[in-house]
Amino acid sequence: MTVELHSYLILILVGFLPSEVWRWLGIALGRGLDEQSEIILWVRAVATALIAAVVARIVFIPPGALAGVPLSVRVVALAVGFFAFLFIRRSAFAGVVVGEAALVFGAMMFGG
Amino acid sequence: MEQPQQQPPQPEPPQQPARPWPRVFFDGYATAIRSVFFYVLVGNYVGLGALAFEFGFSFWWMAASTLLIWAAPAQVILISTLTTSALVEVALAVTLSSVRFLPMVASLIPLFNAPGVRQRDLLLPMHFTAISVWVEGMRLLPARPRGERVTFYNGLGSGLISGAIIGGAVGFYLAARLPLLLAATLLFFTPMALLMSTARNARALLDRLAFALGLVVGPLVAWLNFGLDLMWTGLIAGSIAYLVHRWREAKSMKATP
Repeated sequence: MTVELHSYLILILVGFLPSEVWRWLGIALGRGLDEQSEIILWVRAVATALIAAVVARIVFIPPGALAGVPLSVRVVALAVGFFAFLFIRRSAFAGVVVGEAALVFGAMMFGG
Repeated sequence: MEQPQQQPPQPEPPQQPARPWPRVFFDGYATAIRSVFFYVLVGNYVGLGALAFEFGFSFWWMAASTLLIWAAPAQVILISTLTTSALVEVALAVTLSSVRFLPMVASLIPLFNAPGVRQRDLLLPMHFTAISVWVEGMRLLPARPRGERVTFYNGLGSGLISGAIIGGAVGFYLAARLPLLLAATLLFFTPMALLMSTARNARALLDRLAFALGLVVGPLVAWLNFGLDLMWTGLIAGSIAYLVHRWREAKSMKATP
């Protein structure tokens, strides 16, 4: 099997199926489900924490070009972006723009 | 406790002569392109495309992952961990990040109930269900005639998914050609967008606490290095947040008898 074909097989087995199965279950269960049930609340908390872990992973163990920016700059830029988000009408757009600007500024000031 | 399943009768949209399905589909597609989500998605997927490039995936693999998975967090997990983690861990993390589709899809189903709509007719529209399509669907579907809803929703989903595929392609292309610092800003887009969009959707203390704990516990677990760090972070930080939530609920119940 070629490497290319292998990567598509992995995409289906490890990406598509584990994600899609919840949509299928949603169809099967229809409306017999309470969105405020305790199990759903717990699952939502676990999934939210997992997303946070992904954010932390990309910042702490960054891929490719991002690794050229010092760790301190990456962490501070994320924090600055988040504070901009909080103080500028909870606008995600403002947060992202300010965070990116902080990253560029920090990288140019403190070596990249 | 038994809950009443019967819903109060809703005013149905007026019956119109059936329109040909391509027109309905195009209606949905055009609505998608005019939606603010379209542009958010393009930006988001530019970052993801750059990420896919940096981790060594092919252009078509990236497009296929958007078409097949259609869930940005799951795709970020897949792309950023596939080269370093065990397949089981990646699959577990992906599945945990996509559990949210279950209640989302389940809450949409009643909108599609109509004579002649079978469960398997819903497989495609429900595949299109992601947070953006879901929000627009919940908002727009009730005003549509029941017979048109599946087709309209398919158009809506196709429109938004095509924005994501274009964004992914642009990001992949740019990451290969931009100067190092600009490529870094593209890669930084993904964690920032995840952070802000989760913070904006976090209504309850439960969500905020889970996210904050995840940010702290994540690096700690990764540093301790006993494997499956995404899953353990989710379970540990998520469960602590849930327990705190339960404890506060119990306390407020006592305070207000």
